[in-house]
Amino acid sequence: MTLATAPQRSTAADAGRAARPRPDHGAWFLVLPALIPILVLSVGPLLYGIGLAFTDAQSGRTQATRFVGLLNFSDLFQDSLFWDSFRIGLLWAFGVTVPQFLLALGLALLLNLNLRLRWLARALAIIPWAMPEVVVGIMWRLVYHPDAGVLNETLRSLGLSGADGRDWLSGLATALPAVIVVGVWAGMPQTTVTLLAGLQSVPRELHEAASMDGAGAWRRFRTVTWPAIRPIALAVTALNFIWNFNSFALVFVLTDGGPGGRTRLPMLFAYEEAFRYGQFGYAATMGLAMVAVISVLLAVYLAGRLKGGDDQ
Amino acid sequence: MNDTEHRGSAGRGKNAGTARRTATRTGQYAALLAYLIFLAFPFLWLISTAFKPPRELGSIHPTWIPEAPTLENFRQAFEQQPLLAAAGNSLLAAAVSALIAIVLATPMAYALARYRNRLSRAATGWVVISQAFPLVLVIIPLFLILKGLHLVDSRIGLIMVYVVWSLPFALWMLTGYVRAVPPELEEAAAVDGAGRIRTLVSVTAPLLAPGIVATALFAFITAWNEFFFALVLLKSPEKQTLPVVLTHFIGTEGVTDLGPLAAAALLATLPSLLLFAAIQRRITGGMLAGAVKN
Repeated sequence: MTLATAPQRSTAADAGRAARPRPDHGAWFLVLPALIPILVLSVGPLLYGIGLAFTDAQSGRTQATRFVGLLNFSDLFQDSLFWDSFRIGLLWAFGVTVPQFLLALGLALLLNLNLRLRWLARALAIIPWAMPEVVVGIMWRLVYHPDAGVLNETLRSLGLSGADGRDWLSGLATALPAVIVVGVWAGMPQTTVTLLAGLQSVPRELHEAASMDGAGAWRRFRTVTWPAIRPIALAVTALNFIWNFNSFALVFVLTDGGPGGRTRLPMLFAYEEAFRYGQFGYAATMGLAMVAVISVLLAVYLAGRLKGGDDQ
Repeated sequence: MNDTEHRGSAGRGKNAGTARRTATRTGQYAALLAYLIFLAFPFLWLISTAFKPPRELGSIHPTWIPEAPTLENFRQAFEQQPLLAAAGNSLLAAAVSALIAIVLATPMAYALARYRNRLSRAATGWVVISQAFPLVLVIIPLFLILKGLHLVDSRIGLIMVYVVWSLPFALWMLTGYVRAVPPELEEAAAVDGAGRIRTLVSVTAPLLAPGIVATALFAFITAWNEFFFALVLLKSPEKQTLPVVLTHFIGTEGVTDLGPLAAAALLATLPSLLLFAAIQRRITGGMLAGAVKN
């Protein structure tokens, strides 16, 4: 009878399949406490949010919200500010994800060797991972600070006086690269630890056998290590890309989208649209556009990668 | 290619091999050192700034080690912003939401791990898919719903959002931990005549406890650090959480205000760092365990 009260439109359909060795009624009691909040506060709102994208919902308005069809979408297509923001978002997401992966792979390979100081690297990796994003942003503001920052001071002591008093975060040319460095720093440890776990599952005998056959370090990496960690690498880069594309707090604290919108990521843009100007419907449309872009890119990426795996 | 060379000339080969290996090792340590510096220097700078007196902060040549270290910045930080109250708000939101999330997620994780059917596949799929949606698409409808319930600018509303937001990864991790408990143990207990509840309480729960604690602490840290939802949902200054209050330091700062900013940021990080250090190994284990066999 739990089945009867369970939401029919969800996936309850096969819970009572005759072929099951154990009855599933117990499972329903276990699942419901978490399933209800997920349906009410996660699945439901998401569907509601998708619906809002087709309305003129605004904050603090007395008239009823109206269905406007694809009006928001056609507005969006003509909104050059939004396209700028999207382009910046993609630059940021690629600019962070790729170096993040390469640097993390390098560090993971080093940590997989029997080097001393490994414990120190492990301990330091905790810092970016556990730190609130807001604090990461504040910390790097101190690093980049034109006068009191360590970056300019270091450059000065290296004799690069051209950097005197340079404000990295408000320079039109330097702002985006500067925030990308912070993004790489913040996400690298998590990627490293994931890749390291993958590396540690590669059997040592394979490496030794390849070594015996005279394979150099690069060939051993290509033929033994990479195939073994490839699925993890694929998953971790895909996830990192999504997280980076959707990131908010870091850049909000570092530049708040400035200077002149040069670092205004799509999330910052949508946030302003929704909670500074109260354009809920329009902001939801932006959110949908972000989902669409991510889905397409990921589909292409994963399809290409999986196919590439078959060829080898 | 060096390898094949030294195979050819066996006489010199041993020395060349050793030299090459030393060179490789040196290169590896140099690279590791570069990584360590990259990871550590911003944090060291934060600590350094937090202990610097205004005179040194204004200096044209800032130093790594404060010449006259002071605690003045910490005192001023508490004076400029209501840090204690904010920490209290963060603590409340993080602790309550982590607790509720664990209570709700543990039974479901157990079911997902033990009963494999379309429901568990759908739930796992949802956990993954929900990560891909930009938060703005989630927060706008949630904001409207909570507003309808008069739960905007309310600690209860924020806690509700945190619970739902932490459920996916709590489920993910806990499912992994449950899978690590062999079902045979439970079957053995059942054969010995223990009822279902008794089996869960006396066999499964103790084995699961470390994983549950790790997941709860992880949920706590994530909520403690969270910024976006708190920024959108909390308007009254006395209800705001620590990350939101920290951003009030930003923007108008003159050079001398960097000290209190750094001090406050450092204090806000300590709980996360300490808790995370305690559970780091378990977290990575749990995430990977959740990832296997899905």
